[in-house]
Amino acid sequence: MIFVTVGTQLPFDRLVRAVDGWCSGGEYEEVFGQLARPGPNGYVPTHFAWQAFLDPEEFRERFSQATIVIAHAGMGSIISALSIGKPIVIMPRMASLGEHRNDHQAGTARRFATRAGIFVAHDEGAFGTAADAALKAVAVSGDGSRPEPDPRLIRCISDFIFSDTLRAHRRGSAQGSGGV
Amino acid sequence: MGLRTLTGRTRCRKNFQPKAIRVLAVASGGGHWVQLMQLRAAWSGADIAYLSTHPGYRAECVGSRGASNRFYAVADANFSAKFQLVRQALAVATVLLRERPSVVVTTGASVGYFALVFGKLMRARTVWVDSVANTEELSLSGQRVAKFADLWLTQWPEVAEGSLSGARSPRYQGSVL
Repeated sequence: MIFVTVGTQLPFDRLVRAVDGWCSGGEYEEVFGQLARPGPNGYVPTHFAWQAFLDPEEFRERFSQATIVIAHAGMGSIISALSIGKPIVIMPRMASLGEHRNDHQAGTARRFATRAGIFVAHDEGAFGTAADAALKAVAVSGDGSRPEPDPRLIRCISDFIFSDTLRAHRRGSAQGSGGV
Repeated sequence: MGLRTLTGRTRCRKNFQPKAIRVLAVASGGGHWVQLMQLRAAWSGADIAYLSTHPGYRAECVGSRGASNRFYAVADANFSAKFQLVRQALAVATVLLRERPSVVVTTGASVGYFALVFGKLMRARTVWVDSVANTEELSLSGQRVAKFADLWLTQWPEVAEGSLSGARSPRYQGSVL
């Protein structure tokens, strides 16, 4: 199964149309999409099954069982794909087309374009090539490296939570016991 | 440990066992939540509660590894829908009043903004980790939260460096992946 997701907020017609055209033409395996709610004039795919939203459990299951994932350039999709070594095709939403509130996804797509297992289609014209490349990558099989959070980041937050709070607590209890 | 009295006996103060620090970890659904989960190790050992916008995430954090007994879901919102925003703000305030955390940690977006601001007003210490999706400038919520965040982080060095001179800049300490 090829799993398509446009994230949890907004529909993404341009991607859905690209996938629909792409999978109508070839002998591709089954495609299933989580497409949010298409607007009143929204595009409804005719070549694959879909649902607006999935509960997290089903989402995770579809995501992990898919041969490849096709998604908007959202961090949830990207991190989830990287963390299980799943090839992913990403296409950025554009604010000028009303697909998002700003163009940060274009920056995300550029930044992650060089990561193994990520295939960027900057627009619908580039989609077919990127998707075919991702399918080919499945045969090669990824290195399965999980993206670990930077230990520095964890330590920084952890130190902030514990050291500083403990110090404050100690100060507080020192003052509190002053009258005993 | 206890207090030494004049007679030399050690009197144990009630509840002296140092209490775990109450942390409220907050993120809206999707990518923000995935990033929050990546940071879990940072509050291991704390008395943790979670707040998000999707009830389905409960299973992920209640009764499992890094478990918490407390998970709250409020309705989703974004900064372009005023009514939803107000409703979300009220719901978040309710959770804050119930939890009274010592520390609020969030990866965004609007739900994290509210939790952090209300948390600060209630004298909690606050951590903002801007989403790794924001590669060129800080998110809107991330910019708005500047005055209220004690620890204010971006996940891209360029964003930390690119801030206006003179103004306070978010710090870069690595990213979730």
